[in-house]
Amino acid sequence: MTEIRWHSRAGQGAVSGAKGLGDVVATTGKEVQAFALYGSAKRGAALRAYNRIDDKQILNHAKFMNPDYVLVIDPALAYTDNIEENESEETKYIITTHLSKEELIEGRPSLKGKEDRVYIVDCVQISLDTIGRSVPNAPMLGAFVKVSGMFELEYFLENMKRVLSKFPQKIIDGNMQAITKAYNEVK
Amino acid sequence: MAVKYDLNEREVWDGNFAASQSLRQAKVDVVAAYPITPSTPIVENYGSYVANGYVDGEFVMVESEHAAMSACVGASASGGRVSTATSSQGFALMVEVLYQASGMRLPIVLNVVNRALASPLNVRGDHSDMYLGRDSGWIQVDAFNAQEAYDLALCAFKIGENHTVRLPVMVHQDGFITSHTAQNVYPLSDEVAYDFVGDFKPVDDMLDFSRPITYGAQTEEDWHFEHKARQHKALFDSREVIDAVFAEFEKISGRAYKRVESYDMEDAEVAIVALGTTVETARVAASELRSEDGIKAGVVAIRNFRPFPFDKVREALANVKSIAVLDRSSPGGAMGAFFNEVSAAIYSTPNRPLVTNYIYGLGGRDFSIEEAKRIFKEQKENADAGHIMTDIQQFSGLRGPSLGFFKTKRG
Repeated sequence: MTEIRWHSRAGQGAVSGAKGLGDVVATTGKEVQAFALYGSAKRGAALRAYNRIDDKQILNHAKFMNPDYVLVIDPALAYTDNIEENESEETKYIITTHLSKEELIEGRPSLKGKEDRVYIVDCVQISLDTIGRSVPNAPMLGAFVKVSGMFELEYFLENMKRVLSKFPQKIIDGNMQAITKAYNEVK
Repeated sequence: MAVKYDLNEREVWDGNFAASQSLRQAKVDVVAAYPITPSTPIVENYGSYVANGYVDGEFVMVESEHAAMSACVGASASGGRVSTATSSQGFALMVEVLYQASGMRLPIVLNVVNRALASPLNVRGDHSDMYLGRDSGWIQVDAFNAQEAYDLALCAFKIGENHTVRLPVMVHQDGFITSHTAQNVYPLSDEVAYDFVGDFKPVDDMLDFSRPITYGAQTEEDWHFEHKARQHKALFDSREVIDAVFAEFEKISGRAYKRVESYDMEDAEVAIVALGTTVETARVAASELRSEDGIKAGVVAIRNFRPFPFDKVREALANVKSIAVLDRSSPGGAMGAFFNEVSAAIYSTPNRPLVTNYIYGLGGRDFSIEEAKRIFKEQKENADAGHIMTDIQQFSGLRGPSLGFFKTKRG
């Protein structure tokens, strides 16, 4: 079982990101779960979204998890949210930031000693450059594909096109560029 | 003629989307709705299917849930296939009309996305609304995940509309935990789904002007009791139809449903009895405990909350030693209602196992595998001691000091 926790703000697309990821993973024959904790959350409120991925039917419906991956798509939440909650010694962090990894960890000392498990990517800037507005979910998916090695980039892009098929071509193209750029830039 | 909706063999849907697809595939004629969180997308999606031509039906916008169910009553009495969805406060406002619908024997399908009742205001899942409907004369079936929300909604039409049943049916799913959780769902094709549900065959429809009839007449002490007795009998008699519909559904889908579901119960010494998504989380705990601690744990789930499967509950729990019945609704100064019903069933078995009551998950409080294991372990201690070691009613997952009531010395 692979478990993923997204840290985001309402409106940044973590829920769509988690559902999109689930959709693509399911095409590989795996069972998936994608859910979020919100409800009356207003745009800008901190929220969490979750994915579970397994080879057999997923029966666990608890929100509690020891995440294998923590995806932070809002730069400020890396400082203000408890992103290490219920972490394990293998938990990998992909954090959106315009800072260097050293600067980021300097400002978040609890990540010290985990340098080899912390990855950075500037999802906000990438989405501004490619989609034209700040929607950091798509770039985060690209970064996750690279870090997890779960898919080939081409396979993921093809399936995301299907997930996004209801949108105008311009939006689809922007998302494809965002995913690819983040895939190449995450470090 | 409706536009074809493209479906894949495997979809990733949440419970709301799954339920809305079953309404489309059953070709529901009328949905009258006043949307409420977390069930909103069910009727919202149906509305979009109507607007985009994917179903030949009518979406009736109304000013309240009371009006929504009233419009459903009218549409159903007129001879249409009718469905809607609601939750929590909306369900509470519908209650008066729920009794009208069942008393008039109208086979409306109500998708209830379970949510806590205020106050304090809370949008998350618990079973307060489900319990509120338990004496309303409706059949109530409970889905534990998105796939089941889809499957059981299809079954609901076929059960309720059967001419020997003629009763409204609620299909329950847990708010957010099922309704907003996307999972793999394997839908039937439109043709297979509709062939299974079949055409709606009205009985005494009001639009048959050649044969005028009355709905919702007044009966005082002369006939009211007989009407209610017939309705109650119809509910209990629906058990055979429910079993038959489930059997038929298994043939077309490969997915088997029972009025009472048992997991790992063949040799179980301790059991959790639960409803909703908790059933599946507890199943994981039971199977892990079996390999980690050698505790023979099992789970019994009530699929068919009404008519309450009194006999099946007795059979399922006949040979266990200690049972935890989990109530996800504030009992308001009593033992949990579900605990009371399960206990009553077991009381008439020769074995009479120990039964304790856990109140948990109110307002969407998380229920983890670890907590399920802790509850199983308490049952194991009870079983080994031969009597209940804890309070008979306890609160599980409550913050602050532990809360419990009543002790027993019974062996």
